Amino acid sequence: MLFKLEPRGEHSKAMAYLSPLLAGILTLITGGIFFYLQGNDPLYALKTMLYTPISDVYGLTELCVKTAPILLCAIGLAVVFKAQVWNIGAEGQLLMGGLAASALAVNIIDIEGVWVLPMVMLVGMLGGGLWALLAAWLKTHFNANEILTTIMLNYIALNFLIYSVHGPLKDPHGYNFPESAMFGDAALLPILVEGTRVHAGILFALFAVVVVWVLLSRSFIGFQIKVLGLDASAARFAGFKDKKLVWITMLISGALAGLAGAGEVAGPLGQLVPQISPGYGYAAIIVAFLGRLHPIGILFASLLMALIYMGGEMAQIMLNMPLAITGLFQGMLLFYLLACDVLIGYKIKFPWLGTKAAASSAE
Amino acid sequence: MDMDLITNILYAMIRTGTPLLIIALGEMVCEKSGVLNLGQEGMILMGAVAGFIVTLLTGSLFFGFLMAMAAGVIMSQLFAMITLGLNANQVATGLALTIFGTGLSAFIGADFVGQPIQGLDVIVIPLLSDIPVIGKMLFAQDAIVYLSFGLFTALYWFFRSSRTGLIVKAVGENPHAANAIGLPVMRTRYLAVAFGGAMAGLAGGYLSLAYTPMWAENMSAGRGWIALALVVFASWRTERVLLGAYLFGLASILHLVAQGLGFSVSPNLLAMLPYVATVLVLVMMSRNQSRSKMFAPMSLGKPFHVGS
Repeated sequence: MLFKLEPRGEHSKAMAYLSPLLAGILTLITGGIFFYLQGNDPLYALKTMLYTPISDVYGLTELCVKTAPILLCAIGLAVVFKAQVWNIGAEGQLLMGGLAASALAVNIIDIEGVWVLPMVMLVGMLGGGLWALLAAWLKTHFNANEILTTIMLNYIALNFLIYSVHGPLKDPHGYNFPESAMFGDAALLPILVEGTRVHAGILFALFAVVVVWVLLSRSFIGFQIKVLGLDASAARFAGFKDKKLVWITMLISGALAGLAGAGEVAGPLGQLVPQISPGYGYAAIIVAFLGRLHPIGILFASLLMALIYMGGEMAQIMLNMPLAITGLFQGMLLFYLLACDVLIGYKIKFPWLGTKAAASSAE
Repeated sequence: MDMDLITNILYAMIRTGTPLLIIALGEMVCEKSGVLNLGQEGMILMGAVAGFIVTLLTGSLFFGFLMAMAAGVIMSQLFAMITLGLNANQVATGLALTIFGTGLSAFIGADFVGQPIQGLDVIVIPLLSDIPVIGKMLFAQDAIVYLSFGLFTALYWFFRSSRTGLIVKAVGENPHAANAIGLPVMRTRYLAVAFGGAMAGLAGGYLSLAYTPMWAENMSAGRGWIALALVVFASWRTERVLLGAYLFGLASILHLVAQGLGFSVSPNLLAMLPYVATVLVLVMMSRNQSRSKMFAPMSLGKPFHVGS
């Protein structure tokens, strides 16, 4: 045996926080080797990916634009994942939110008024929330595995979105492009910094972080959610209604993902297009794990994930790399995280070293 | 509906169902040993891109399929190292494998998108293929389809009559008991995961070398997830996997049927059908909780640690 796992007996808190850091470092090293093999200077390439995009003020505002949808999806996932409900459908809920918001917005283009924007956002949340409740219903009433149903609902939502932009929501004056009409001004999110694209969506996301933090750590519902996640039978024994909790957590996470979608169509896009999201809903899963399901951790992890998205685009422009490098870094990060997480529950021993040197110094 | 149309629909049903059949059979073996690998999509895509590139560069379809399977195995062992070696959560690691495989395959294949390739030819078996209606469906297919028939037969026998098949099942039902009587739990699980990887890779190769001879990002289009649902639908039984795969094949080509019958429905709406069918099937099969628990391997998804 190369190494042996020895149970720690109790989970190491320090390792739980160090593991994401370790995973990040390992991702950087592997990424560097990868760039080197591609014939690039690894340090320059990593700098291009992870520093150049945010080296000026405009870059920082773009970081906020990209962080908003990721953070909204991930903070919602923190709630469901805490309850051990595996909602993999943030992507589909985001798309349905964007679709629902657009369906309203393109029908009230000429209408003005302060209530237009809140309505569009609310309908977006409703679209995402109901799409998530569908999976909750299938889970609580038919016992259908939510991992598989939410993923199937992602594919269904994507096809429904494509159908909509080719059919009912297509701009009648749009030269047959699969896009909706541009929204009216009243339905667009206000720009926060003149001359940039940063819009109010980031404020929604930050607000959601605070609300979820209060919900999880200060409310009775949050307590019930955590108990359900830790021990489902204990939760039932305590009289908590586990089915109701599944519905509530799914509704929260779906509504927040829906808000992310509404924020994209009413923010940087200004219309409904087939590509609302380059996989924000899937990236949010990584963010939720990386942030340890804690609102503050998720905030930082979202910024990192947004940076990786921008870095991928930068690598495409500056290094002539395929855009898929984003997905590659995301996948590596999650893989390393899961591998490092083993240190939370176990010590690693190397019998062939002869000494009892533990791999972790974090005790 | 005329005879020709039915013949062609049946033919396309088998062709479309074949990748699902191969993936689902591989995953079933893996799950029978107690390991739930949700990384099918990642392994399929890596198989598809590896097979495509190798065939494009060497001109050999045989090497292409070989490399497709090898890529699937390598990916599956990455999963095995983390879940079996490091006891990590199988659900999360499977998701990671899917995300990683999707990204890596898109990265590797970026320069190969849209390149033409000579796909796998059909082998028409004389006389037998002339049987009306079912002749074309069973005897005018390509080599991988015939291979999938053989694979099904072999696995049917494996789980029904072979000693090794019994070991795999024992390991999946109760690894502690299996370990106590001296069965190699870990080795069995590593091999079962590797077999699942090889099959997912093969199916990926089938997609990029035979079904639609080209490479495109994310070309598996959720087949890995559908295959996972298929295993549940089949209650972990080989013959039901076969039935389910072809039913899903049929659901995926309903646009052909609709065209044949003269309906005009949006192709985007029809594209949802396999996914809707998957949800319906899951609902049907999972409704009765105690029944669905009875069929699933007892230790499915649970880590095994000697002495725990």
